[in-house]
Amino acid sequence: MTNQSLSIKDITTGLSQKKFSAVELVQSFLNTIKEKEKNLNAFIEITGDLALKEAKAIDEKIVKGVDLSVLAGVPCAVKDAILVEGQRCTAGSRMLKDYVAPYDATVIKKIKDAGAVIVGKTNMDEFGMGASTENSAFGPTKNPHDLSRVPGGSSGGAAASVAAYESVVSLGEDTGGSIRLPASFCGVVGLKPTYGAVSRNGIIALASSLDQVGPFAKTVEDAEILFNVIRGKDPADSTSVEPQISNDQFLISKLRIGVPKEYFAKGLDPQIEKVIREAIKKFEEAGAHIEEIELPNTKYALATYYIINTSEASANLARFDGIRYGEQAKETANLLQTYIRSRGESLGPEVKRRIMLGTYALSVGYYDAYYIKAQKVRTLLKQDFDSAFKKVDIIAGPVSPFLPFKIGERVDDPMAMYLVDIYTVPVNLAGLPGISVPVGKVGNLPVGLQLIARPFREDLLFEIGKLAEQHAK
Amino acid sequence: MLTKEEVQHIAKLARIELTEQEVEKFQKDLSEILDYFDILKSAKTSGVEPMTHSVPLQNVMREDTPQKQSLEVVEELIEMAPEKEKGFVRVKEVFSQGKNK
Repeated sequence: MTNQSLSIKDITTGLSQKKFSAVELVQSFLNTIKEKEKNLNAFIEITGDLALKEAKAIDEKIVKGVDLSVLAGVPCAVKDAILVEGQRCTAGSRMLKDYVAPYDATVIKKIKDAGAVIVGKTNMDEFGMGASTENSAFGPTKNPHDLSRVPGGSSGGAAASVAAYESVVSLGEDTGGSIRLPASFCGVVGLKPTYGAVSRNGIIALASSLDQVGPFAKTVEDAEILFNVIRGKDPADSTSVEPQISNDQFLISKLRIGVPKEYFAKGLDPQIEKVIREAIKKFEEAGAHIEEIELPNTKYALATYYIINTSEASANLARFDGIRYGEQAKETANLLQTYIRSRGESLGPEVKRRIMLGTYALSVGYYDAYYIKAQKVRTLLKQDFDSAFKKVDIIAGPVSPFLPFKIGERVDDPMAMYLVDIYTVPVNLAGLPGISVPVGKVGNLPVGLQLIARPFREDLLFEIGKLAEQHAK
Repeated sequence: MLTKEEVQHIAKLARIELTEQEVEKFQKDLSEILDYFDILKSAKTSGVEPMTHSVPLQNVMREDTPQKQSLEVVEELIEMAPEKEKGFVRVKEVFSQGKNK
């Protein structure tokens, strides 16, 4: 049985028609993982025992004639920043290399209740800091389309595992592009939900006003199914929201798509531009109204993002001090040395860089010039989107100015790496939902189309994403 | 360009010990990134409110009642600490005669 093109619905049908058992299915995925991992390194931990146990429970339900839940038997990989009880959770860091999660994240409880089978914890840039998965303490993940290139980051492993058919779906996390970028680089669908749509309880935090968990899948339909399982208000996350579901009827002839001129300026690879403009043209041919829009404060987005991201990260990562969990430095003379040496020894260079930037931006004398200023510019960026959404329903553009780059090409130049996220960070700053849908290739390198919608309008992203998918066939 | 002393000061605030090579590398990296941040100087923000949250939410509070956990959970959490003793997390002296400077 080939597991290459199985969708969630294929699995539900296959299980209920007894074409295969849940154990057979997950075993075939575990075999694929074993075969591909030596080249790919998408996983930090393969949770074979857990997966087989969950699959067995599904098979017992089938025998008893219990109705199959929506994700029953579906092999799912989980980014290693999301706690799965009893399993190692490293956040890609040496600091947490032996940390075992004491509880399930809310999103994990939800996918377990829906019957998903967790096949492993995926590789990531350390604490979510990176755009290539090269900042992992466990080695880089390779792009399944070209093993000499990066899969994107920070959720590189989660994207690669879906692209390489090691899992049917996966869960990633996006703070400034960490789902959408690897989705684009690996040729899969990746959604960053509206801020507040999905609970952050049990997620190792990077930047608390920006982080969101979201699905990776081969198709928009599968991403939608997984999103509907994980979404919802959670008493354990006070920033989570139960939104009104839109009942708008979708009509392509009424759709207004905005194309921001700032996202097509100098710096965008012309080969990517060609693919994106073709995808947009196909929407026009299908009856949508295309309009050029302006997001004039875009040039400030990257600086705004990196001040806020590093400031919030410096606070969130203060807990990694070697006292309650994680690695503790040996033979330190006093408490201060315990802190500075535990962190000095076990945190990677990008993490140190960002903590230091954030510490500086928040320190006395610099707080107003950096942090407060950035929070004001953040308001301007949100206002740009609010104005745009008065005229259009969806914003379309590239995910990144660059094609998947070679491993080692950018990792020693922080600014070069930061520029990769230039089109994705504004979406997190404004709290909007954004999706990357694969729409073409340059050579054998995938290119994703980014679609952005108003808050809690993931439904529109799915409708238009499905159209883009059809057009790309 | 940040001075070495400024980098060491930030590192101390951040509670991170750096090697000599790291101080030099970060001096260069941080200066480059901070120079990039200067682009915000030209943003027109007079009269603009800082935005701490993208979604307009009011503070969501629950009753301030403790949620008691089982002994098992407590034991599991203590077990994770690198240094522990008799059911407590063990740390070095917090107050000592001027040693923690």
